[in-house]
Amino acid sequence: MNSDSKNRPQDFRVADLNKGFFGGVFAKFYGNNLLVLITFAMLVLIYSAASFIFRDQNFGSLNSIFSMLHSWPHLVVIAAGMTMVLISGGIDISVGGQCAMYCMMFAYFMQEDGWNVNSYVMIAVVLATGLVFGFAQGVLVAYFKIQPFIVTLAGMFFARGLTAIISEKTIGIKNEDFLGLAAVKFTLPFGGYTDGGGVYQAPYIYLYAILALLGVVVLYIVMTWTGFGRSVYAVGGSEQSAMLMGLNPKRIVLQVFVIQGLMTAFGSFLFCLSLPGGAVEKAVAFEMNAIAAAVIGGALLTGGVGNILGSLAGTLIQLTILKIITSVGTLSSGWGPISTAAMMAFFIAMQSVLTSGRRKRK
Amino acid sequence: MADSLVKMRNITKNFPGVLALDEVDFTLRPGEIHAVMGENGAGKSTLVKVLTGAEEFESGEIYLNDASTPIVNRSPQEAQQRGISTVYQEVNLCGNLSVAENLFLGRQPRRFGMVNWQQMNRQARAVLRGIGLDINVEKPLSGYSIAVQQMIAIGRAIDISAKVLILDEPTSSLNEQEVVRLFELMQKLQAGGMGIVFITHFLDQVYQICDQITVLRNGALVGQYAVADMPRRDLVAAMLGRTFDDLATIERRPSAVAKKAGVPVVSAKQLGVAQGVKPFDLDINQGEVVGLAGLLGSGRTEVARVIFGADIPETGSLEVKGQPARPNPLASMQAGMAFCPEDRKAEGCILELSVQDNIILAEQTKRGAFHLIPKSEQDKIARKYVELLQIKVPSLDTPVKQLSGGNQQKVILARWLATNPDLLILDEPTRGIDVGTKTEIQRLCVELADDGMAVLFISSEIDEMLRSCDRIGIMRDLKKVGELVGSEMSTAAIMSKIAGDDFQEGELNA
Repeated sequence: MNSDSKNRPQDFRVADLNKGFFGGVFAKFYGNNLLVLITFAMLVLIYSAASFIFRDQNFGSLNSIFSMLHSWPHLVVIAAGMTMVLISGGIDISVGGQCAMYCMMFAYFMQEDGWNVNSYVMIAVVLATGLVFGFAQGVLVAYFKIQPFIVTLAGMFFARGLTAIISEKTIGIKNEDFLGLAAVKFTLPFGGYTDGGGVYQAPYIYLYAILALLGVVVLYIVMTWTGFGRSVYAVGGSEQSAMLMGLNPKRIVLQVFVIQGLMTAFGSFLFCLSLPGGAVEKAVAFEMNAIAAAVIGGALLTGGVGNILGSLAGTLIQLTILKIITSVGTLSSGWGPISTAAMMAFFIAMQSVLTSGRRKRK
Repeated sequence: MADSLVKMRNITKNFPGVLALDEVDFTLRPGEIHAVMGENGAGKSTLVKVLTGAEEFESGEIYLNDASTPIVNRSPQEAQQRGISTVYQEVNLCGNLSVAENLFLGRQPRRFGMVNWQQMNRQARAVLRGIGLDINVEKPLSGYSIAVQQMIAIGRAIDISAKVLILDEPTSSLNEQEVVRLFELMQKLQAGGMGIVFITHFLDQVYQICDQITVLRNGALVGQYAVADMPRRDLVAAMLGRTFDDLATIERRPSAVAKKAGVPVVSAKQLGVAQGVKPFDLDINQGEVVGLAGLLGSGRTEVARVIFGADIPETGSLEVKGQPARPNPLASMQAGMAFCPEDRKAEGCILELSVQDNIILAEQTKRGAFHLIPKSEQDKIARKYVELLQIKVPSLDTPVKQLSGGNQQKVILARWLATNPDLLILDEPTRGIDVGTKTEIQRLCVELADDGMAVLFISSEIDEMLRSCDRIGIMRDLKKVGELVGSEMSTAAIMSKIAGDDFQEGELNA
């Protein structure tokens, strides 16, 4: 007797909905899962269209796809982590600041005329710092019940400040081990093209791009097939319910932030490999790109809904648009953010339509 | 088999300033559906919370399965491990997860350490089929009605091998067919030897399905009775702690229609809303209580909304005291209307605000934001209505969310009475509140009308309307199909009007 105007299904056999031709197709994709499909479809559509329009620039070649991953490997990783945080019902706006800090740590501590730390030790130190940073933020969010926005806002200022304290200079990385690692690449024996000069360009992919993709896949597996991953969805959906079903929401939120810290440090490491150097102003407002990628990928800021692979699509769509702008050549770089804005508006509208459609059926 | 599943002895619990439970005993036997009844504040939910570990208690013992050593549940999870599960009115599952995940969250079937989705879905289908539910378990839970969600919650409880199932007001948001299905399931579980604790306000349902009743009043045990030996009027008397005659005093209004001459307070002519209620005529006179009866979805609320201006009419005209009305809630308020909506949590009370702020809210809105009511006057208004309506509050500054449902309803009523309305619209004012408060609200309606106010009263309970209304409009399928006055009004007449003319009085009695 909630309301006279509310419609209720009179029978319980909702399974009937899934019969017929599209039944099988949509059986596994409801509501926001469908959004992830739309995101991927848009990515393919935009990329195919651009490949056709800019076919003289070999836009559609493997080389060009890989070059997108080479430019922003950190966004791929950190957007995936951000999606996990959003699913848990939180947010992390400290990732840009952290990224600058980790890059500065690499650049400063590996200087030959300074600390001259071994690059592998440094990688371990940075990843460990990420864990600690995530742990500290997680404790504040989960156990002190402070809004994640506030905690990570503080985290952002803290990390930016620490970056400047380490060094205010712009430092390039000259460590040979590190640069060696950055230069590891795999050339594919197929899929290349012959450029205007008649030279065959074989497609190649850098190790750090592969590592970035690997990071996304591992996180996707964790979120889809482990008890922990499903618990994150449950806590994001309803913390109260999750608790009554025997989960420990506080511990789960803490774990999410610890993993997010690790993902951020890992992403920053890959960023350093792609662009070896540290600067105070590195990765400014980068957290917003990560959030945008997650939202375009189907994550809801209210928690409980999102897909790690969707964030990869969200990242690639942003990168594709940047690539289109460079390919046209005459366009202002302002069109990048504008198209991101348009896409986010589109996806939020879609989410709203799909979720309200679901609510009506209730 | 054990003689008792749960034995609670001398349970005592204090909330600051209130003795919530005073040496209460409670016994649940296997294969028993046991109603826990009482007015708001009687201690029903506290008793259950103590049992499930959601609240601590100061003294007393809880024994499970005739064991000689008492146990204490420190958390709902611990209670669950001991076989005690609770399903709440607002289902505590995750709407964003699939049905199967909700059944197996935290205990998913694994393969190589990974969640085995296929097996989980298979097991989920089996569990739900066991309780007669054949649905797609891969869909998100939020796509299903509350009734189905509740059954899924019960399915989860059963699958975690619950021996004691606590249902906290499960039927208050279900329609009739859904209630029937729930009862079938409860009887099936009962036959399997499960003990079910059933908390409800509905007397009918208690007599329909329960074996035992435990009645609480003001934190104390009144008694435990077998349903078969307990006449209804005795049960009501036990709950209220007064004699049944108190209820009779307001049976039927003294003078059927005390119509005073003059223009009607509200006069609707062929008023209708696109996609909503079909054009209807309705006059409400000064000093009259007009009821609107009808089934769920028949358009009762819609009539009230369009009169108040919350919905924009498409056809017809509405006159308030002879003047054409503007369809706009604020204008309606200024013209002397007051509307207590149906869903008090969503549309009525501002839960975070204090009792006083909630009470003066409408009057303040009516005066406008720039004519702030002085603090002393606010205080006076709030005090007056808290007293008049006998709202039980520790202080005027108490946030409304800490009050019981009945008292929240009274706060809303106070808010609108504070605007001194000529027309008071009450949409299901007595839903989900205890019998005592119900009676008070019904009596208040009659008294207000006697003082010259016009009241539009919407309710699902025909008895209640017969008791308080002078005239009852009947709604069916978004149409006003008739009106009954004075001596025409009877349960049978209303039912046959609601159902349509093929519904004979004889069937009713059968």
